[in-house]
Amino acid sequence: MHSTDIARVDPAHLIACPQCDAIYRARMPEQGERAVCARCHTVLIAPRKRAGMIIIMLSATSLILVLGAVWFPFLKISRQGFVNEATLLDAALSFTGGPLLLLSIAVTALIVLVPMARAILTIYVLGPLVFDRPAPPGALRLFALAEALRPWSMAEIFALGCAVALVKVADLAHLSFGPAFWMFAALVFLTVIHDRWMCRWSVWESLEHGYGARRAKAPA
Amino acid sequence: MSGAATPMTTAREAGLVACTRCTRVWPMGTDRCGRCGKTLVSRDTHSLSRVWAWWAAGLLCYFPANLYPMLRTQVLFQVSEDTIVGGAIELAKQGAPFVAIIILIASVAIPIGKFAAIAWLATSVRRGSRTPPQSRHRLYEIVEYIGRWSMIDVFVVAILTALVQLNLAASIKPGPAALAFALSVIFTMLSAQAFDPRLIWDRAADDSASDERA
Repeated sequence: MHSTDIARVDPAHLIACPQCDAIYRARMPEQGERAVCARCHTVLIAPRKRAGMIIIMLSATSLILVLGAVWFPFLKISRQGFVNEATLLDAALSFTGGPLLLLSIAVTALIVLVPMARAILTIYVLGPLVFDRPAPPGALRLFALAEALRPWSMAEIFALGCAVALVKVADLAHLSFGPAFWMFAALVFLTVIHDRWMCRWSVWESLEHGYGARRAKAPA
Repeated sequence: MSGAATPMTTAREAGLVACTRCTRVWPMGTDRCGRCGKTLVSRDTHSLSRVWAWWAAGLLCYFPANLYPMLRTQVLFQVSEDTIVGGAIELAKQGAPFVAIIILIASVAIPIGKFAAIAWLATSVRRGSRTPPQSRHRLYEIVEYIGRWSMIDVFVVAILTALVQLNLAASIKPGPAALAFALSVIFTMLSAQAFDPRLIWDRAADDSASDERA
C-alpha cells in the first residue's frame, strides 16, 4: 500500500498541503519551476534565485514608502479659497469621539502599523539568512507572526480608496494627488512582487536547518 | 510533485499530522509543531462552530452598516446623510457610474456573496455536496482572497473625513455605519480564516468511497 509506504518515510522529508492535507516527499524543484499540490493546485514550493536578497530589498523599500507616506500629504483639496491637505495619519486618526475612536485605531493598524511590522519582521528574519549567518533569536516565531499578519496588511486597498475618494468629491471641490499617493501606488506593486518571490517553504526549511542546508540545490 | 503519479495519500491516512502554517509533517499525536510552534490538529473539529459564530457576528453588523448613514456631508448650510447604497446612487447620478459600480460591488455584492458562500461551504462539509471539491475549494480561495477588499469603503470614509474640512464651505463627518461596516468585514474575514479547508476534501473522499461500495 502506498499509504504505508509514505508513512515509513521520515516525516521531516515530507510536505503536507496546508489546504487539503495531501502529503508528498518534499523535493526542491528545478530553478524556475514550482511544486504544486496535485489535488487542489495549491503552490507548495516555488524557489527563485536570490529571492532572499530581493525580498529584503522590497521590504526595505516598503518600509521607507510607508514612513514617507505617513508624513507627506496624499490628497489636497481646494474649494472657494479654502485649502486642506491630508496626510495618512490625519486619515487614520479622523474618527474621533466615542466608539468611532476604535475605528481610528483599527485603520491606523491596517494601513500603517501592520505593513511596517511585516517589513521589519521580514528584514529581521531573512537578513541574517541571506548573509549566511545563523537565524536570529525567535526567528521562527517572528516569521510565523509575519505570516499571520499578511491578510491584515491593507495598504494597497487604501491606495484604491484614495482614487475612489477623488471621484467621490470631484463635484464638491477640486482634489489633487500629493506625493504620498504615489508612494502608496508603488506599494501596491511591491506587495504583489513580494508575494510572488516569497517561497514560504524555503524560508521555513532554512530557518530549521540553516541557510546552507539546501543551498547546493537552490537558495531560499 | 514527486507524489503526483502515485495515488493521493493524506497525512491523516498515513498516521501523520500536518502543520497548516509551515507544512511540516509530524507523527499523529504531536501537540505542537516543533518548527513553527503552531498547535497541531489533524482536523479542526471546532472549526465549524467558530466559522458560524464569526459569520453570525458579521451578519449582525451588516444590517446597521446598511441602515445607518456612512457619511454626513455639510455643504454651506445644507447637511445630507448618505447610506452605502444611497451614496452609490448619488455617484451614479453625478455621472460617475463606474465608481458607483465599484462601490456597489465592494460593499454590497461581495459581502452578501461572502455570507452566502461561507454558509454554503460550511453546510456542504457537514451534509455532503454533489459539487466537486475542486470547485468548492476554488470558491473558498476566492472568498479568502477577496474579503479584505471590502474595507475600501471604510478607508474612503476615513480619507474624506480627514480631507474635507473646509470650514463652512464643505465638511464631511463619518456616520455610525462606518464602524458597523468595518466590524462586519473583520468578522467575516475571521469566519473565513476559521474554516478548515481540509474538511472539503475529507467529506469528498468519504462520499466517493461510499459511492464505490454502492
